[in-house]
Amino acid sequence: MGPITAPSLSYTALAPLLFVFGAAAVGVLVEAFAPRAVRHPVQVVLALVGTVGAFVATLLLAGTEEVTAGGALAVDGAALFLQGTIAVLGALSVLLFSERAVDPARSAFVAVAAVPAGSVRDRELATSTRVQTEVYPLASFAIGGMMLFTASNDLLIMFVALEVLSLPLYLLSGLARRRRLLSQEAAVKYFLLGAFASAFFLYGLALVYGATGSVRLSAIRDAAVTEGGDTLMVLGLALLVVGLMFKASVAPFHTWTPDVYQGAPTAVTAFMAAATKVAAFGAVLRLLYVAFGTADWTWRPLVYGLAIVSMLVGAVLGLTQTDLKRMLAYSSIAHAGFLLTGVIGLGPGDSGYGLAATMFYLLTYGLTTLGAFGLLTLVRDGDGEATHLSQWAGLAQRSPIVAALMAFFLLALAGIPLTSGFTGKFAVFRAAIEDGAWPLAVVALVASAIAAFFYLRVVVLMYFSPAAPDGPTVGVPGLPTTIVLAITAAATLVLGILPGAVLDLAESAAVLVG
Amino acid sequence: MSDFPFLLAMIAVPAVGAAVLAALPPSRQALARQLAMAVSLLVLLLAVLATVAFNTGGDRFQLTTSVTWIADFGVSFALGVDGIALVMLLLIGVLVPVVIGASWDERAAGNRSMRTYWAWLLLLESMMVGVFAATDVFLFYVFFEAMLIPMYFLIGSFGGPNRQYAAVKFFLYSLLGGLVMLASVIGLYVVSNSQLGEGTFAFDALRQLDIDPGVQKLLFLGFFVAFAIKAPLVPFHTWLPDAGAEAPVGSAVLLVGVLDKVGTFGFLRYCLPLFPDASRDLAPWVLVLAVVGILYAALVAMGQSDMKRLVSYTSIAHFGFIALGIFAFSTEAATGAVLYMVNHGIATGLLFLVVGMVITRSGSRQIRDHGGLAAKAPLLAGVFLLAGLASLALPGTNSFVSEFLVLIGSFPREPVFTVLATAGIVLAALYVLLMYQRVFHGPPRGVLVDAEPRPEATGGGSTAVLTAPAPARTSRVLDLSRRELAVVAPLVALVIGLGVYPQPLIDLIDPAVQATMSDVGVDPGGSAPEAPGGTD
Repeated sequence: MGPITAPSLSYTALAPLLFVFGAAAVGVLVEAFAPRAVRHPVQVVLALVGTVGAFVATLLLAGTEEVTAGGALAVDGAALFLQGTIAVLGALSVLLFSERAVDPARSAFVAVAAVPAGSVRDRELATSTRVQTEVYPLASFAIGGMMLFTASNDLLIMFVALEVLSLPLYLLSGLARRRRLLSQEAAVKYFLLGAFASAFFLYGLALVYGATGSVRLSAIRDAAVTEGGDTLMVLGLALLVVGLMFKASVAPFHTWTPDVYQGAPTAVTAFMAAATKVAAFGAVLRLLYVAFGTADWTWRPLVYGLAIVSMLVGAVLGLTQTDLKRMLAYSSIAHAGFLLTGVIGLGPGDSGYGLAATMFYLLTYGLTTLGAFGLLTLVRDGDGEATHLSQWAGLAQRSPIVAALMAFFLLALAGIPLTSGFTGKFAVFRAAIEDGAWPLAVVALVASAIAAFFYLRVVVLMYFSPAAPDGPTVGVPGLPTTIVLAITAAATLVLGILPGAVLDLAESAAVLVG
Repeated sequence: MSDFPFLLAMIAVPAVGAAVLAALPPSRQALARQLAMAVSLLVLLLAVLATVAFNTGGDRFQLTTSVTWIADFGVSFALGVDGIALVMLLLIGVLVPVVIGASWDERAAGNRSMRTYWAWLLLLESMMVGVFAATDVFLFYVFFEAMLIPMYFLIGSFGGPNRQYAAVKFFLYSLLGGLVMLASVIGLYVVSNSQLGEGTFAFDALRQLDIDPGVQKLLFLGFFVAFAIKAPLVPFHTWLPDAGAEAPVGSAVLLVGVLDKVGTFGFLRYCLPLFPDASRDLAPWVLVLAVVGILYAALVAMGQSDMKRLVSYTSIAHFGFIALGIFAFSTEAATGAVLYMVNHGIATGLLFLVVGMVITRSGSRQIRDHGGLAAKAPLLAGVFLLAGLASLALPGTNSFVSEFLVLIGSFPREPVFTVLATAGIVLAALYVLLMYQRVFHGPPRGVLVDAEPRPEATGGGSTAVLTAPAPARTSRVLDLSRRELAVVAPLVALVIGLGVYPQPLIDLIDPAVQATMSDVGVDPGGSAPEAPGGTD
């Protein structure tokens, strides 16, 4: 047995990942050695340097197409576009995490997560102004894992990335300062179901390896072409898809989504809803297009069915929700279905518009959702955030700007023209119809109409209902949240009115190397 | 002169005006309304100048502007008008100042402000101009959907007691129709992509496509459903009575006067030229819907006790006539239908306004709360009667010309449907005259003439957001004020003027209608129809 040779690494191509993982690793050291007084600003700056640096690196790398790290990582247009998107969403989420002006206790995160909920110590902690900072390295690791996920050219790396992004998220979900029990329940639920999903993914990986003798996506594709789809491979693909769809919160693998979105601290929910979705779809696109994107046998019926189920489940169950965070969770499930509509549009010989459309949609959806959740952190009552629908009645009279922004984000999620949501929907529906999947597009349009009803209901409440006398107060956001809201609102508007440049970018980035 | 971008200006001016109004401090109500009126009059001026610059013998689309908008989708910001669109722009130009004048003295309840109301009205005007002026199907769709938002807020924020329900119902119906149309819009793009090698949304390019009949039918249906909801044809109509009844009067005028015309305009502009085979194949079904609508809505209108709902139902019947004129495929009938679109906007707009004036005085939308008003308010009664007669198409009023053209144009091609539709005229006389008689004649009744207001007589408008100062209960004040006279005067003049001399409008409309009819394969033949009866 010869010596193990280290694979050659192209450090330039990996620069985005190095930035984020570097920031995460240094963040752990800062947590251990920096004095408490300076820890918060240092951690925030560090996390921002990591994410913004990664974003700049993806811009500089634009046009790169190479396979590195012994063939385990593919740095191509799609990977860089999605990494850039995740980096931007990550940076905005870090800003949301660092908001200290809204909560009277100066942070949305609990100081000591392990204290039993409801105990005396827990009640002390709820009002203490001690701020813990481990959220920043955790978030950086999650962001790094997500970026790795979209670039993995190898099922094993994909699995590793899945775990790297998931484990910090499980922890982050349990860190809410208020409503501790809900938050802990969310963390446990997410962890247990997530572990199941990982196991599915791993099992699928093993079966595909058994069928094709390789975990490399390009090798799987070659095997699929030469041997056709045998039972083992079909089963393996199905199990891999289950694992990925769980992360992307596609129905029927969505059951964790409403509970976790509701229980997690809202800033974390924003992060999960926006960035995790991008990462999961990045992996879905890579797996389906690179490894199984052959004309000989196809994953299309599977994705077709999942898209319909997800759109209808998200839209219909969203109608019955009375909590805004849960409502946005079902909205996220419906949007996962719309995204799958774009995934269908692969086209013969990879000529379709699906990849570019799906990537563009991910960007627009991520920014709009982040903005909507960011607004939720501002509307509060004595017990933390006021997320029950009835508490938002008449908000337009008390706080016209917050109401107008929320209405704008909701109309964007509903896909009304002149918002980014419409451009994105148009792009994915076009991809699907070009590929001949017009029945799917029609279902998607019907689901959009159903979903519009629950978005509108919030607008109706805010604008047309009388305000409750003991309604919530609207906090004045500090600088970080203001920046997030300004950027997300501006992006939602600009991508709706003048999307040309970004659409071009998505189209030129729609390259997958195998 | 004709190089001036009239259409762009007509979209931009009200949009900027709306932004300025929204930025004004709430206390400047007087300035806000003067500004709103000035902006809307400027748009009217632009519309008139555009008409002057328009050459009736020239190209099909004139005053064109085209800028690439989203290159990836092949979308252009392309504007241009044919005669049909131009008369709709004129109608918008006339109605918006009238509507602003009608809300001149109104007060908004709560901490809502009239400044917001006028800002939404101007934004709506901008969108309405855009929807008629777009010559790119994508751009048309964008305006078609975006137009919903101002109307949604106008109904939802400023409407009657049941406004939330009405606003959501209006929005969802229109949105659903719009989304179905979106599927067809993308389908058209895909067809153009495969036939022309490059996807486009430009109307002129799409018109040249040779679409497979089966695909044509599907695409036609997508557009048709959207337009049938908009224009409301039975059975897609149920949102209109709610929206019409709950919307503040001014918005209701624009809703039935202009917004709903987008539906019938869409039939003519998009359904017929883009899908000629499908239009011909499916026309009998559309005609069935049209005639059922005429008769059904007229019968339901007779049973209404709420005046605004009644007027809304009459509109549904009228839209049946317009659809009949369009899908009968004769130049005369289609010219009549376009003329009907304008005349209905004027006549029903006037009727809505005077109904609104009655409601402002009594605080009730119910017919039974009124009676014998004519003795106290003779002018109001006179204008009401004129609006009603115009609505039932009495000769001498503007609607007569259009209804007559539709009927004589349709009869040679569709005798059965035309004869059935004629029964609608008789019913129209019934529902209009019954309402007039109950409100203005008979024994004095209701809040306005009783010594003491009856407590139960307040159902309807009393919890409306918009209220005007209630006039004291003397006959002098009960009648039309000078401001109200000024508001109704332009419409009254148009009702009579266009009834006597409609030829200028017909000259504008006719070339565009002939072009549309030749698109759909009907030999346009002959010259412009002469106005029947009116000119002698």
